[in-house]
Amino acid sequence: MAAIELRGVVKRFGPITAVDGLDLEVPEGICLGLLGPNGAGKSTTMRLLTAQAIADAGTLRVLGHELPADSKAARAQMGVVPQLDNLDVDVTVEENLAIFARLYRVPDVGAAVDAALDLSRLRGRRHAAVDQLSGGMRRRLLLARGLVHEPRLVLLDEPTVGLDPQIRTELWTLIGELKARGTTILMSTHYIEEAERLADEVAVMHRGRIISRGHPVELITEHAGRQTAEVYGPPDRLAEVRAEAESRGLPVRPAGPAIAIVGSERGGDSTIPEDAVLRAASLEDVFVLLTGEEAE
Amino acid sequence: MTEQRRMRRLEPAAIAGVMSREAANFRTYWKGTTFSSVLEPIVYLLAFGLGLSATLVDEVNGVPYIQFVGTGMVATAVIFSSALPAMFGTFVKHRFQNTYDAILAAPVDVEELVSAEMLWIGIRSGTYGCIPLVVTIAFGLDPAPGMLLVPLFCFVTALGFAGFGVAMAATVAKIDQFNYVTALFVTPLFLVAGTFFPIDGLPKGVQVAAQLNPLHQLVELVRGGAFGFEAVDLLRFAFLAGFALLTWRIAVHQMHKRLID
Repeated sequence: MAAIELRGVVKRFGPITAVDGLDLEVPEGICLGLLGPNGAGKSTTMRLLTAQAIADAGTLRVLGHELPADSKAARAQMGVVPQLDNLDVDVTVEENLAIFARLYRVPDVGAAVDAALDLSRLRGRRHAAVDQLSGGMRRRLLLARGLVHEPRLVLLDEPTVGLDPQIRTELWTLIGELKARGTTILMSTHYIEEAERLADEVAVMHRGRIISRGHPVELITEHAGRQTAEVYGPPDRLAEVRAEAESRGLPVRPAGPAIAIVGSERGGDSTIPEDAVLRAASLEDVFVLLTGEEAE
Repeated sequence: MTEQRRMRRLEPAAIAGVMSREAANFRTYWKGTTFSSVLEPIVYLLAFGLGLSATLVDEVNGVPYIQFVGTGMVATAVIFSSALPAMFGTFVKHRFQNTYDAILAAPVDVEELVSAEMLWIGIRSGTYGCIPLVVTIAFGLDPAPGMLLVPLFCFVTALGFAGFGVAMAATVAKIDQFNYVTALFVTPLFLVAGTFFPIDGLPKGVQVAAQLNPLHQLVELVRGGAFGFEAVDLLRFAFLAGFALLTWRIAVHQMHKRLID
């Protein structure tokens, strides 16, 4: 049984179709990275999975439960780590965890809180009020709160959005530990590096549906080839290089101040300028080629 | 790991969980709330009770004016500790703190969430509503056995106003629209409840309208508890229970519309 099975799911908000015929299956025990630009429908998908949004069409099953009818039973076994910090700021770290242990009907609240404190390395701050915590600690607490009932499935909605690199790395370590325990994870992100590091499989979401899916390495080989050549220079020259590469059927994408010729190994020596910087093709190349949007 | 099981509607564990969140937060601010809840009736009783009875009114329907106001103040305490916290608290938790997003991601439904919020406010306000009565006893009101029912009257009325507040919070677009709610509903209900003057001196139409004011029914019930019940008080209590039931369903409906896309 797959942990998540979505078939033909549609969700509209007035004239906007946020999720547009989404098919998504997440097998138990894997970490699936849902990668997509802002507005791709990732957050709406997350809300559909907790029945905080109700689909206009399609079928949704989570941990064997039909949504939205049986969503409460699904939510009991699912942990959610939201994009926005919605901790209770006036109460202590411990109370934040205890409240959610109770909401999840955990039999031994004290033991669950201790385990969550250990996991988030916040044991020493258990009596601190949340508004006294650093940004990184708050994020760790948010993660621990979603895991306090040892869920089978965890939804991580942009878990490190807006965080500085050090805190991001800290969280990646914690998510890595969660993966090692065999918990099924669906993680939405628009950070390529996050998907590369943590996801067993990546599904690229664009305009409300999955446009490509696979192991990061497979996706790169399939869509981007082996090598990317980045060329820097004045706009006129970049336009010339671009036209030449495209005439030979090579995809070219903007890469900040440069252009990137993707799959440059297929182009032959004359296509790729000598001063080009060669690097291995990346998931970012795939992402930009597929979605047409610059990645972060 | 949580075991597989079917979940029912309105589960006590979900309601208790949400209420435990309110209780945990309340522990951080109860001192200020309690201080003002005790001080306010004292100030009112001194200002209205002593001030007015010294100059203008001596007694109403045979009851010393200070006791008349004191028993009526119970209703004032109830509406201000139920409707307003429900309005502002719900709005802030929903819009600014995203608390409800977190709670609804757990196995808690909107109906359980709203019921828990109303119950918590009902209990709190049921308790705070008794303070003016205790203060009035200190000002000379004789204790009576019927007063033991006052917490229940306050609780049921507060449930109704909590539901009203939650429904309003789920309906307004911006927090400053609460000014309309306060001016159109809360203040008139509070003033025409029979707290400071008996409503039987008012024009007939207003008297009839006042019968539909839950706060007026509460005032009458509290005075019944202090000075003797009448048969009609059963109807008054039924009216308050009906008011709570009605606002509960409206609050659930409005919050569902607001919280579930």
